[in-house]
Amino acid sequence: MTSQLPQFKLKLEYSLKVTTLTELRNIAHELSQQLYHYRADYLEIHLEESSGSYISYRGQNLDTAGRSSDLGGNIRALVNGGWGFVSFNSLDDIQKRIDQAIHQAALAGSAQSQFASAPSVTYAQPDELSQSSVERPLEDKKRVLDEYKDLIWQTKGIKTSFIRFSDGYRRRFYVNSRGSVIEQSRADINFNATAIASADGELQQSNISVGSRGDYNAITRLHSQIKDMTEHAVKLLTAPKVKGGEYTVILDPILAGVFVHEAFGHLSEADHIYENPQMREVMVLGKKFGPKILNIVDNPTMPDLRGSYKYDDEGVAATKNYLIREGKLSGRLHSRETAAKMNEPLSGNARAISYRYAPIVRMSNTYIEPGTSTLEEMLDGVKEGIYVKNWYGGTTSMEMFTFSSGEAYMIRDGKIAEALRLVVLSGNVFDTLHNIDMIGNDLDMNQGGGCGKGGQSPLPVSNGSPHIRIQKCLVGGA
Amino acid sequence: MLEKIIEQAKKVAEQAECFMVESESAPIHFEANHLKNIESKQSLSLALRIIKDGKIGYAASSNPANWPKLADMALETAAYGQTARFQFPATQTCPEVKIFDPEVETVSLEEMVKLGKDMITGLLEINPELVCSASLAKSTFRIRLLNTSGADISYKKSHFSMGLEGTLVRGTDMLFVGDGLSSCRPIRSGSEVVNLVGKQLERASRNVNLQSGEMPVIFTPHGVGSTIIPALSAALNGKLVQEKASPLAGKLGEQMFDPAFSLVDDPTQSFSPNSRPFDDEGTASQITPMVESGVIKNFIYDLRTAALAKAKSTGNAERHGGQPAPGFSALMIKPGTVSFEEMVSGIKEGLIVEFMMGAEQGNVLGGDFSGNVLLGYKIENGQIAGRVKDTMLSGNIYNALKTINAIGSDGRWLDGELFSPSIYFPKLSVAAK
Repeated sequence: MTSQLPQFKLKLEYSLKVTTLTELRNIAHELSQQLYHYRADYLEIHLEESSGSYISYRGQNLDTAGRSSDLGGNIRALVNGGWGFVSFNSLDDIQKRIDQAIHQAALAGSAQSQFASAPSVTYAQPDELSQSSVERPLEDKKRVLDEYKDLIWQTKGIKTSFIRFSDGYRRRFYVNSRGSVIEQSRADINFNATAIASADGELQQSNISVGSRGDYNAITRLHSQIKDMTEHAVKLLTAPKVKGGEYTVILDPILAGVFVHEAFGHLSEADHIYENPQMREVMVLGKKFGPKILNIVDNPTMPDLRGSYKYDDEGVAATKNYLIREGKLSGRLHSRETAAKMNEPLSGNARAISYRYAPIVRMSNTYIEPGTSTLEEMLDGVKEGIYVKNWYGGTTSMEMFTFSSGEAYMIRDGKIAEALRLVVLSGNVFDTLHNIDMIGNDLDMNQGGGCGKGGQSPLPVSNGSPHIRIQKCLVGGA
Repeated sequence: MLEKIIEQAKKVAEQAECFMVESESAPIHFEANHLKNIESKQSLSLALRIIKDGKIGYAASSNPANWPKLADMALETAAYGQTARFQFPATQTCPEVKIFDPEVETVSLEEMVKLGKDMITGLLEINPELVCSASLAKSTFRIRLLNTSGADISYKKSHFSMGLEGTLVRGTDMLFVGDGLSSCRPIRSGSEVVNLVGKQLERASRNVNLQSGEMPVIFTPHGVGSTIIPALSAALNGKLVQEKASPLAGKLGEQMFDPAFSLVDDPTQSFSPNSRPFDDEGTASQITPMVESGVIKNFIYDLRTAALAKAKSTGNAERHGGQPAPGFSALMIKPGTVSFEEMVSGIKEGLIVEFMMGAEQGNVLGGDFSGNVLLGYKIENGQIAGRVKDTMLSGNIYNALKTINAIGSDGRWLDGELFSPSIYFPKLSVAAK
């Protein structure tokens, strides 16, 4: 039988009135005048408007093309150390939602609030929409993707391919009970392509992932990369598997960027540490984590990268932070709460992927600072090792981490030798960083992909590194 | 409102379909052993799919002010859209699936707070050195689907979930344990979750060394979910089969796996979180045998993929916030008769995998799984000796599933997505530091 379920009606009266950015801006400014009056240790409101488009190909055919738009907001309240969070699409009755957030926070709170203060800011960032490709006709984007698709399919041995392009534009308002009103926008572009080769019932794949802070040109000139990727997928069919075990491994700047993000970046996020006394002991500032040549930085103030911003989602100014300086733990990433509880300086790293989530401690642009070695010097003297390039994925559990390479080659007697099937590398942060023995002079920032944490994914970040060499790295057999 | 959008779309397109999801959710979070955060989330989204000159157009918005523009937005995308060789279905006869329990809404915040506190107290009694976090959530979803073939169907679903995690840090040695339960009905005691996590703690109570090599490996239900399922569910997806990107393409009716291995997709189980009367295109839910005694029986399809493959939709259209695509609702692996303890007792030296990290980073389409054993235990002379660390496991499902030593009688649900027992493989490759 057919399910007979209750029908429901929508309430849209107020929301329908919000049609322009100006109106959203007016609401934000009105609210900022009212937030002082509420009984909470801290109150913040985010309002957000966004739009996006995407096109994807599977095989020879266009698979999906679509457009989307989103409007919503949230309210976060802090009372006696407890948090209340309310998120919504309907902008009806915001006053009631503020009351609700405060009520929830009061129920959760049972101690004194600890929350670092930051200067009040009124700021409106110039619109990034001009750089955004969202408004561009789908026709333009399709033309570029068609070229890539044709390139892939010209190669013999290719069974199928996946290509996906997506772009987005987001305007976000932040208002707090301490007088700040901040308006920021962000354009974002993501591109992925995968080529799948097959022979004798076996499948091998190779992919690339590219992103940009709205710069459309970043995805229009990938022809040679697409060609290399496709040829590599075919090459993998006859490539040998690596034997599992420990190797001397040289990572290219892209994969070393993923390594620094997974192996160390997440561990430097203070929300994993601040309420755990044992973790605080392990992660005490000044502790030696790696060799003297190792410097790791998180820097949201670099211009035009996907992890860049001026103010974080708690209204704190972004700053460049050394996480490791000369091998020693020298700083970490904070929200206002973690900074207060650890009595350390604010870093401006509270971020949320959208209004549906509360800000949590996140990375921005994370990288290993360049050293002095060249790739040739690193290869020299490696009798048997592995050279890994490009990234496929990575994940961490703080202590142990794993990441996989897009391309891998044996190193034999100091020379890059035969291609290997995809390898997965794994390690323990407390050993592996010490085992870095050479750092290259060729820093490069990788803008592909996104970061996931606490159910919030993908957050635009970038990461980078020069080539690095690691001794005794654990490699799983493919 | 939906009727209006359909009317508007009908003027410019041959077919149109509106899909709306409205949800309310109230999660609470405990961090570092105490209540930290109480949330309430309201969300609403509307998607319009049209077929114009035989091509699919799509637009979605959570902003009601943009709803009148949806038809135009969809129209622009239809110019480039995929060719559609199907009709949106009229109202179909759907199975009666129990997925709403009004009791969920009546669970008070106080009761949820108490459940969380009890879980944390329970875990701290097992080991007072742990730092615990917990989450509980109650939610309601309303789905409504309208199309130009005359369907106007809806359902309402309730959802309740609880999760518990413990962290133990001893120097630079870190242990993470955790488990959870979910249902369309309220769960009114945390003791089952505490027991599940307590068992992980007990098995991981000391660290032991493991030698690299090939050895017998048992996957717990979580282990099955984090290793073989990603590759297996990709291979059985009609979309990948149709694109010949699945090694199982052309293998219908063939014996590919051990005869002990059977798998169905079943969205009709009462009060299971992923159950529903119809899929996200309005096709009636059905039970689909995927693998029977090792023989490949079916692939899953949505309307579009089915039309391309000259097959019928299996009622597996899933949206996940975007356009419909074939996806599993609830995979169920048929349990065996051997208890977990019996499996362990027969192994001289081997590995138990509880959680794998990074198994999806390899050549998943080719069937590979390779990753770090995030939580795993060593078996020594038929006993669990302790936790292994810095260990990598690799394999390929097309080799591994050919020979299974035993399937456990200990089947359980994981997030309503997978019902799995433990599975015992005779020989897999393990690399340890």
